[in-house]
Amino acid sequence: MGPNPKMRKEFPDSTRSSPFPDEVLERVLSLLKSHKDRSAVSLVCKDWYNAESWSRAHVFIGNCYSVSPEIVARRFPRVKSVTLKGKPRFSDFNLVPENWGADVHPWLAVFVAKYPFLEELRLKRMAVSDESLEFLALNFPNFKVLSLLSCDGFSTDGLAAIATHCKNLTQLDIQENGIDDKSGSWLSCFPENFTSLEVLNFANLNTDVNFDALERLVSRCKSLNVLKANKSISLEHLQRLLVCAPQLIELGTGSFMPELTARQYAELENSFIQLKNLNTLSGLWEASAPYLPVLYPACTNLTFLNLSYAFLQSLELESLLCHCPHLQRLWVLDTVGDKGLEAVGSNCPLLEELRVFPADPFDEEVIHGVTEAGFLAVSYGCRRLHYVLYFCRQMTNAAVATIVQNCPDFTHFRLCIMNPGQPDYLTNEPMDEAFGAVVRTCTKLQRLSVSGLLTDLTFEYIGQYAKNLETLSVAFAGSSDRGMQCMLEGCPKLRKLEIRDCPFGNAALLSGLEKYESMRSLWMSACNVTMSGCRLLAREMPRLNVEVMKDDGSDESQADKVYVYRSVVGPRRDAPPCVLNLSGL
Amino acid sequence: MERSMAYDSDLNLKATELRLGLLGSDEPEKPSIAPSVSSNKRASPEISEESRSKGSSCVSSKVESGERDSAPPAKEQVVGWPPIRSYRKNCLRPKKNDQVDGAGMYVKVSVDGAPYLRKIDLKVYKSYSELLETLENMFKLTIGEYSEKEGYNGSDFAPTYEDKDGDWMLVGDVPWDMFISSCKRLRIMKGSAARGLGC
Repeated sequence: MGPNPKMRKEFPDSTRSSPFPDEVLERVLSLLKSHKDRSAVSLVCKDWYNAESWSRAHVFIGNCYSVSPEIVARRFPRVKSVTLKGKPRFSDFNLVPENWGADVHPWLAVFVAKYPFLEELRLKRMAVSDESLEFLALNFPNFKVLSLLSCDGFSTDGLAAIATHCKNLTQLDIQENGIDDKSGSWLSCFPENFTSLEVLNFANLNTDVNFDALERLVSRCKSLNVLKANKSISLEHLQRLLVCAPQLIELGTGSFMPELTARQYAELENSFIQLKNLNTLSGLWEASAPYLPVLYPACTNLTFLNLSYAFLQSLELESLLCHCPHLQRLWVLDTVGDKGLEAVGSNCPLLEELRVFPADPFDEEVIHGVTEAGFLAVSYGCRRLHYVLYFCRQMTNAAVATIVQNCPDFTHFRLCIMNPGQPDYLTNEPMDEAFGAVVRTCTKLQRLSVSGLLTDLTFEYIGQYAKNLETLSVAFAGSSDRGMQCMLEGCPKLRKLEIRDCPFGNAALLSGLEKYESMRSLWMSACNVTMSGCRLLAREMPRLNVEVMKDDGSDESQADKVYVYRSVVGPRRDAPPCVLNLSGL
Repeated sequence: MERSMAYDSDLNLKATELRLGLLGSDEPEKPSIAPSVSSNKRASPEISEESRSKGSSCVSSKVESGERDSAPPAKEQVVGWPPIRSYRKNCLRPKKNDQVDGAGMYVKVSVDGAPYLRKIDLKVYKSYSELLETLENMFKLTIGEYSEKEGYNGSDFAPTYEDKDGDWMLVGDVPWDMFISSCKRLRIMKGSAARGLGC
C-alpha cells in the first residue's frame, strides 16, 4: 500500500500517503504491543516507519551486540521500557567464560542521556555490576521495574542501592543469577515511606534477610501482589507475611521445613485459606509430606505450581494435585517418578506446560527418576499439553510417537535423555523416528531440543517438516555435515541454532552462508569446524560477526567454540582476549 | 570396511574368548558413546560406526582413527551436560558422602554400655520402623514408639544420630530421606540420659 517511499518528498500535508495526521497514526500504532507486528508496520512506508518509531514505548533487543544503544536511541526516541539479552544461552551451562562481555553499562550510559525517564529494564544473561545498579538507581528518577534473569557480576550491595534510591519502584525481580550474596541487609534499605512495590522476588538469594524489615515492607505495600521469598524465611515467618498480604496472586514460600507447633500449624493453614486470589505457587524448599496439606485451601485457583525445588514423592504430589483442578503449568523434580506423573495425567486435564527436572543429574548410580512411561501417562491425560521440558534416563521411539499423537499441539518440545548418544533402550535403534514423529505431527512446533543417539536422518526430518521451528538445540548428535545442512536448508523460520559435540564441519557451517543473516545467532562448540572455515564465513558475510573461542591446549587450527550473529554495528570492541573476532579482518 | 569386518569377527570369537572378567560381566550390547570432554572435539567414532552399520547416511568427513572401545568408556563429567543452570545445580540434593563404591551407606552404631560398635548400611532400609526394628534385634533391646512430642518416652533407650553439622539429634524428627542424607553415625542412649530427651 502507499506510494514508493523514495519518491515521496517530505512535504507536511500535501503528498502524504496516509489520510490522517501523524498523531492519529501514532495513537493507533501505540496500541500495537507485539514487537514483531511493529517491525512489520515500520516497513510499510516512511510515514509509518516514523510514526511507529515515535510511538514505540518498549524495545526488545534479543542480542545486545546486534545493535548499539546509540542506534536504538536515534530510532526510538520515546522508549520507556527496554528488554536486553546478552550472552549465548550455553553460558548458562558454563560453556562461556565469565568475562565474555554483554556488559549493561554502555547501554545505561546512553540511556541516561536519551531516556532519562526510563521506567523498566529487563535483562537476561547480561553482565551487571554493582556500579551499574547504583548508576541506574541514582540517574533514573522514574524507574519502576527491574528484572534480572540469569545475569551475573553484581552483589547484594547493588540491590541495596536500588532499594535505597528508587522511590517509584514497583517491581524487583531477581531470578537465577550469579549473585555475590554478601548479606541480607539490602532489604532494610527500602525507606519507611516507600509503599509502591507490587512485585518482589528474591527467591534466588541465599543469605538471611532482616525479617522485621521484610514484614514492615510487605505490610505497607498494599499493592504487593507477587512475593517470592528465599530459603531463609521460615514457615513461621511465612505465616506472618501472609497475614499482611492476603491479596497475593503469586507466592514463593521460603523453607517449608517442619518446625511448627500445632497452634502455629493451624494459624498457617488459616492464612493459606485467606489467599483467595493465588494463581502461582513456588518455593517449597525442603517441603515435607505432613505440611503440604496446609497449602490445599490456596490451590483451588492455582494455574502455575512450581515444585522444582521440593523433593516430593509420588504420593505427596498426588495428594497435592487433587486440589489443583485448574492447573495449567507444572514444574516438578523427577523424584515424583512415573507414578507421580500418572497422577498428573489423572488430575490435571487443563495442563499446558510440564517441566520435569532431574534431582540427581550427575549421579551415575541413580536408578530412580522418570522414564517414557511417565511422559506417556501425562500425554494420555493432558491433551492440551503444548510445552514440555523433560529430563529422563531412558526413552523409546514408540513412546514419543504415541505422545505426540495424543498431544499434537506442541509448540515447545525439549527432551533431554541424560546419557549422551543413548539409543532407544528397547530396540537399540537411534531416536531418529521419535523426533521424526514430533516434527511431522506437531506442525506448530517453535522450539525443539533433541537428544539421544541421532543420525543425520533426524535432521532430514527436521528440515523437511519443521516449518515453524525457530529455536533448535542439538547435542551429541548427527553423523555428518549433511545433518546440519538439512537444518539450514529446511527450516525457513529458524532464528536460533545451538549445536555442541556434533560431527559437523566447515562444509556444514558454510552451507548456511545465506541463512545466518536471517537468524539471530548460531552457536557451535566441540564440532569439527576449523579457523579457516570461520575466516571464510567472515570474509563472505561482512554483516555477520564471527567470534571464536579456543579451549586451552587445543589444536591451533580448531575453532572450538564458534558464535555467529548478525549485527549492524560490526565486530564488538569489548571482546576479552579469549574471544577472537574474525569479522572485519 | 576393514573395521566392520573386525567388528563381525569380534562377535564370532566372543564365545571362545578368554577373559579374566567375572562370569556374566559382559559389557552391555548397546553402544555407549564416550561423551566428549571439553578438550575432545571430535564426536566419538561410535556414532559414525553406528550409522555405517545401519546403512543410513554417509561417512563422517573426518573420522577419528582411534579404535572403538570394547568396554563402555568411563563416564567423565561432561562440561555443561545435562543442561541445567548453575543456580539449579547448586540447589540439588548434596551428594551422600558416606557412599562407598556406590554400594552402601555404612554408619557406625554404638549402644551405651555395649563393648563394641556395629556398622549398618542405611541404604537397605526404607523407613524408620525398619531401621529401628533392626536395631532392636541387633542389640536385643526395646526402643519403643516415636512420638513427635515425647520422643521415645516409656523406653530405656533413645536412638540418636550425629548429623552433618556435628549435632546429636533424636532419630525420627525429620523425613527419612533427609535423615539418611545427613546421618553420620548412630548412638543409642540409655538410662536417664535417654529419658531426658523429648521433653
